[in-house]
Amino acid sequence: MGEELKVIVFNLGSEQYGVEVDKVKTIERMMPMTRVPKTPKFVKGVINLRGVVVPVIDLRGRFGLEETAYTGDTRIIIVNAENLEVGLIVDSANDVIDIDSDNIVDPPEVVGGVKAKYLRGVAKLADGRLLVMLNLSEVLNKSEIMQLEQIFE
Amino acid sequence: MEINQYLTMFIAESKEHLQAMNDNLLELEKNPDDLSIVQSIFRSAHTLKGMSATMGFADLASLTHEMENVLDLVRNGKLAMNGDIFDVLFKSLDSLENMVQDIVAGGTGQMDVSGVVAELKAVAEGKPSSAGAGRAADEARAGGKAPELDEYQYAVLEQSLDSGHHVYGITVTLREDCLLKAARAYMVFDALERHGEVAKSVPSVQDLEQEKFDRSFRLYYITKEPAETIESLIRGISEIERVELEVYDRETLAAFAGRKTAASPASAPDAKAEAKPAAQPDAKTGAKTDAKAGAKAGAAAGQTRGQAALGRTIRVDLDRLDDLMNLFSELLIDRVRLEQLASEIRRSDLTETVEHMARISSDLQNIVLKLRMVPVESVFNRFPRMVRDLAKSLNKKLELVITGAETELDRTVIDEIGDPLVHLLRNSVDHGIEPPEEREKAGKNPTGTVHLRAYHSGNHVFIEIEDDGRGINRGKVLDKALKAGIVQADRIHDMSDEDVYQLLFAPGFSTADQVSDISGRGVGLDVVKNKIESLGGRVQVQSAPGEGTKFTVQLPLTLSIIGAMLIRTGTEKYAIPLSSIVETAILKRDDIRHVHGRSMMDFRSGLVPVVDLADVLDCPRDEGAAEQGEWEVVIVHKGDKMAALIVDELLGQQEIVLKSLGQFLTGLFAISGATILGDGQVALILDTNALIK
Repeated sequence: MGEELKVIVFNLGSEQYGVEVDKVKTIERMMPMTRVPKTPKFVKGVINLRGVVVPVIDLRGRFGLEETAYTGDTRIIIVNAENLEVGLIVDSANDVIDIDSDNIVDPPEVVGGVKAKYLRGVAKLADGRLLVMLNLSEVLNKSEIMQLEQIFE
Repeated sequence: MEINQYLTMFIAESKEHLQAMNDNLLELEKNPDDLSIVQSIFRSAHTLKGMSATMGFADLASLTHEMENVLDLVRNGKLAMNGDIFDVLFKSLDSLENMVQDIVAGGTGQMDVSGVVAELKAVAEGKPSSAGAGRAADEARAGGKAPELDEYQYAVLEQSLDSGHHVYGITVTLREDCLLKAARAYMVFDALERHGEVAKSVPSVQDLEQEKFDRSFRLYYITKEPAETIESLIRGISEIERVELEVYDRETLAAFAGRKTAASPASAPDAKAEAKPAAQPDAKTGAKTDAKAGAKAGAAAGQTRGQAALGRTIRVDLDRLDDLMNLFSELLIDRVRLEQLASEIRRSDLTETVEHMARISSDLQNIVLKLRMVPVESVFNRFPRMVRDLAKSLNKKLELVITGAETELDRTVIDEIGDPLVHLLRNSVDHGIEPPEEREKAGKNPTGTVHLRAYHSGNHVFIEIEDDGRGINRGKVLDKALKAGIVQADRIHDMSDEDVYQLLFAPGFSTADQVSDISGRGVGLDVVKNKIESLGGRVQVQSAPGEGTKFTVQLPLTLSIIGAMLIRTGTEKYAIPLSSIVETAILKRDDIRHVHGRSMMDFRSGLVPVVDLADVLDCPRDEGAAEQGEWEVVIVHKGDKMAALIVDELLGQQEIVLKSLGQFLTGLFAISGATILGDGQVALILDTNALIK
C-alpha cells in the first residue's frame, strides 16, 4: 500500500481530473471578474476573494482546449501552490475521494488533448474510472506564461 | 537610552549589508574588472559606516571607512584588484562580522581593528607586500591600547570644562561586608545625578546594576559643585569605605581619551604612561567593558524611566496589522451594501442600526489607520548625536533645532526614511554650514543653525532640512554638472534655479572639492532622491546664496491608502492615483491636432500627447455610446512630461485601499495594483507612468 491521498475531483470536457485537497483553499461559484489588460487570453481576470485580490485562469484555455460558456455548474477552484494563489475555472467540481498513490501511473503523452507535462499521472479508481492528476506547479508555471504573454503581445 | 530601540534595526541592516558585501566580493573575485560590483560593495560599506557611526560603534565605523578608501581607489581605477587586496578585504569583512556578532550577543562591538586597518591603509598606499602590512599592523597593535574614553565622551567632558563645569574622576569603594552592592552603587548615582551628570562609569552602568563588579567603581562626573561638596555627598551614603576624588583638566582628559594619540606611535607611550596611575584595581574589567558606548553612559535614572514607558506598548507584527486592515476593508464593503439595503427596505429601526454601525466603523477605521502610524521622533532621535559628532570632526559650530518630532507617519515610510535624512543632514552640515571664521567674516553668527522640521499638510507629511549656510552656488553646480557630462552646455542658459538645484540629485554628482569622511564621494543625493521617490514622495530644494539652503521632502501619509480618481473607460473602471493627476479637462474633437501622426492637444501653452485609454488597454467598447464630439480627459504627469488620457466618464474621487495583485500576475503593463470598490468589485490601479513616453 502506498500513501493515501485525498483528492478533489473536477470535470473538464469528458475527462475527470484530480487535485490534492491540501493544495485547494476553497471552491467558489462563478463571480464577477475584473479583466486585466495585456494578459494571455486564459487569464480571465481578478476576483475579490474576501478582501484578497486573486487572479483566475480558465483551465480549458490553459490546456489549449476549446473554451465553453460558463454554466451554473462552473466552479472556481482556488489553489495554493508554489506560493501562488490562483483560481482555476473548471466545468464542475463534485467529489472528494481517497486514492492510493500506488495506483497512480505515468500519464500517456496526451490525455484528452492535455499535454503530459501538466499531469502528474493517471489514477485508476476502484470502480474502474480513470482520474487524471494535475501537476499544479507546471500548470502555474510562470515562465511559460511569460512566454505566452510575449507571443500574445 | 533611546538608541537601544534602533539596535534591532541596526543589527538586521548590518547583517544584510555584510551579506551583500560578502556576496559581491565573491562575485568580484570572479570578474575583477567589473567596476559596477565595486560600486555596490562601496555603497554597502558607506551605509554601514554611517549606521555604525550613528549608533556609536566607533570601531565598526573606522574599519568600514578604511575599506571605503581602498574601494574608492579601485572604483576610480587608481588601484587594480589583486589577491592581496581581496585577502585584506575579506579579512576586514570577517572582523566586521565578528563585531556585529558581538553586538548581537549583547556586547559592545568593540574590537582591536588596528591590525586590519593598517593592512587596509597599506593597500591603499599601494604597498601590496603582506610582510610590510603585517609589520605596520604590529606597530599599530603595539600603540593601540583600549582607551578609557571614546571621542564622544571626551568631547562631552571637554565642552563641560569650556562651559565652566568641573570634571571629577571619582573612585568609590564599598565596604567588604556590603550586601546590596548594586543598590549602593545606584544610590551613589542617584545622589550625584541630583547635582550634575555622570558622563561615564567603569564598569558600565549595566554591569553595576547587575553587580558585575568587585568593590569599587570609577566615574567621570560633570558638575558645578566644588569637590568637597561632592565628596561629602557620597560619604553620606552608608556602607561606603572610601571615596577618592580627582579633579581633571584638559590634559588629563586627553590622555584618557587615548584614541587620537594611540594612532600615532610617537605619542602612544605617553598616553599609556599617563593612563597608568589612574588605572584602578578593576582596570581589567574596565578594559573589557568600558566599550559601552556613550549611549549607555547615561544615567541609571534614565533607564528606569525608559522601562516604564516600554511597559505601555506592545510589539505587533506588521503582517497582522495588514490582515486587520484587509478584514476591515471587507467590513467597509459590507457596510455600503447594508446601507443600500436599509434604504430600500425603509424600516426605521434597521436604518438606525445601520447608521450606528456606520459611525462605529468610521471610528474603527481611524484607529486601524492610526495603528500603523509612528511619530517621526523615532527617526529624529538619533540625529542630534550624529550632527554633533559631525560638527566636531569638521571643526564647525552648529546647533540642530528639531520641531514637529511628534508628527506621525506610516511605519513602512518611517523604516525607509532614516537613511535619506541622514544623507541630507550630512550634506547640510558638510557643504551648507561654513566654518566659524568664514561665518564671522560674512557677519553671521559663528554658530550655524540647522532646522529639522516635520509637519502635516493635506495628505502629506513634509520634512524640511534648512541650514543658514552659504547656499548653493549656481555657477559651481553648473560647472560640475558640465564636467560630469550631466547637462549640455547649450541648455544651461534656460535653466531656472530650481532646475539647476535638481542637478544635485543627478547620479555621479558631487560639489565637494575634497573628499571628506562625511560626504562628497558621489554616494549621495541621487540615492536620496531614488529612495524618496520609491516611497511615493518628492524632494525639492530652495536656496539663497549666502543665506542658506532648504531641502523639502514630501512624503505620503500612508502607503496603504491613497487618494485616487475613479474613471470608466468602455465597460471597465480604473483608479488613477491623484498624485499623478495634473487636472481634468474637456477635449473637443476639433481641438485635437495631429503632429507627426500623433494626436496632441493644447495645454498650458504647450502640446501634450493624447492617449485613448480604451485603445491602450484593449477595453471592450461601450456599444450604446454614440459617436462623441467631445471627451473627458485626465491630464497626468511623470516628472515634467505629461499626457492626456481620454476616458468615458469621471466617476469621482475616493480614498482607496491598495491591494497587491499577488505573485502570479507580475510585470503587468500600466497596472500597479488593485483595489476593492464599495460594490465589492475589483478595480485596477493605473500606473500612468507607463503611458507617458
